Amino acid sequence: MNRHEPRASSRQAVSPAQKAAHQPANQQPQANARWRRHTPRRELIGWLAWLLLVLLFLVCWELMTRDQIWAFVWDAPRQAGDLFSRMVPPRWSYLDQLWRPLWDTLNIATLGTLIALVIALPIAFLAARNTSPSVAFLRPLALLVIVASRSVNALIWALLLVTILGPGLLAGVIAIALRSIGFIGKLLYEAIEEIDPQQVEAVRATGAGPVQVLDYAIMPQVLPAFAGIAVFRWDINIREATVLGLVGAGGIGLQLKASVDTLAWPQVTLIFIVILATVLVSEWISAEARKRLI
Amino acid sequence: MKTDRSSDAPSSASRAGMDVSPDWPTCWRRPPLISDRRLRWLLILATLSYGLLALASIDVNWARAADGWERGLRFIGGFASPDFSSRWRDISTGLVESLTMTFTATVAGILLSVPIGIGAARNLAPLPIYLGCRAIIAISRSLQEIIVAILFVAMVGFGPLAGFLTLAFATIGFLAKLLGEDIEEIDKAQADAVRATGASWWQVLDYGVKPQVMPRLIGLSLYRLDINFRESSVIGIVGAGGIGATLNTALDRYEYDSAAAILLLIILIVLATEYSSSWIRRRLQ
Repeated sequence: MNRHEPRASSRQAVSPAQKAAHQPANQQPQANARWRRHTPRRELIGWLAWLLLVLLFLVCWELMTRDQIWAFVWDAPRQAGDLFSRMVPPRWSYLDQLWRPLWDTLNIATLGTLIALVIALPIAFLAARNTSPSVAFLRPLALLVIVASRSVNALIWALLLVTILGPGLLAGVIAIALRSIGFIGKLLYEAIEEIDPQQVEAVRATGAGPVQVLDYAIMPQVLPAFAGIAVFRWDINIREATVLGLVGAGGIGLQLKASVDTLAWPQVTLIFIVILATVLVSEWISAEARKRLI
Repeated sequence: MKTDRSSDAPSSASRAGMDVSPDWPTCWRRPPLISDRRLRWLLILATLSYGLLALASIDVNWARAADGWERGLRFIGGFASPDFSSRWRDISTGLVESLTMTFTATVAGILLSVPIGIGAARNLAPLPIYLGCRAIIAISRSLQEIIVAILFVAMVGFGPLAGFLTLAFATIGFLAKLLGEDIEEIDKAQADAVRATGASWWQVLDYGVKPQVMPRLIGLSLYRLDINFRESSVIGIVGAGGIGATLNTALDRYEYDSAAAILLLIILIVLATEYSSSWIRRRLQ
């Protein structure tokens, strides 16, 4: 939008008000006039906005650091050095105990994604404007489910589920599923709304019932998007499943929490490396899979 | 959906004089997703066996779950009557921490990501700087917020400052990457035209590049503000301040009505930031 600004503002620069005020000055060509991007008024508003932003920042900073003990902060570089010296070298022998939690992490992510897919599919069809059986009643309900699921982080879901179900994999699986429903549902219903209506009409013209229309006209069109979304979410879920253990929901995060709590920093380093490798591998798998699917 | 082909071939059926079905398929069947039958069955078998193995690895303590069921019901009941008042001091402190942390971290993150983003654009930066900036972005993107938070809490102690550092660091990976890619995709002609007037590198940046990427930068910053608030509600779990810490405490004390109140507040603020940020972005673009 700024791109069109110069022309508009230069026209305004010699606007009626100025012409009237500086009648003689307008006679001679403006030799020493400088081109400006904005009118003085807009420039002023711009500066005021910046000033407000800086003030807001300062106020927020003051509020935030009210209870900060600055001695800890000045000490931070030394602490960081100290931490680093404790963290290297990683304790490689601990790797033997990490395979089982890693397998658990993988299962949390995969099963959670599968459950979410099963639940999100009907919700997406209810939420899409062109397939929803009742736009007035069921669609807002489906959108509410999607929004509620999306706005709570998987870790918070896990925190709640652990207090209800007790620590363990099940809480992690359900937490991942609950968070993913909203994500998959949202992307999928947007994909459904963008389908080609002609194919639907063609199938309906053969005398197909609503279920057959869904099966033969709509599903084939959204299936690639569906698979892509599923793999994408699986990748994110692997990432999230690695830290769910911090609140007791199983997976490699449990080992991370135990190691941090006992200040076993060489183990923490090893777990970080394992998590990083897992995340990179899953990202690579999902990128490859999506490249083939789409 | 049946395609009746018998009318196409009356001769063979009538010559035989019976109602024998012809030896080609008369009913259209959808081709399978994977055409190789052996591969298809192998995949189905592999999926099933993985599913069984994965399910077997979950051992559920049903007695514990039954105990928890009553608590779960109390928690759902908490949503019906959320208790904002009895822990209001804790909740408001947590909220103020979360909100201030989100804002300051986003501003600091933007200030840091702009130079790094410019450095990560191959058409503006020389190769060594480009590689350096890309390395920073890669590190920031591959570490999850909560892991970074653990490290910062260990360095600067508990409290929102650790959260601020975490979020600012995470913002760099997101914003600098997208800004760098955006700068690489600008219309070269505009930058060349400004350069042709004899403008210096800074002037090319200011007059040739900035107007092209500014609307998107503002949009991305608002989007990141939204993400940062979501994250700020989580990193409190490892001690980095904010509403997440309050929620954790409330759940540890089994105060489900307070926890429900906090959750409702988080959802409301997330919705408000999401809708306002997408509204502003729509108006800008």
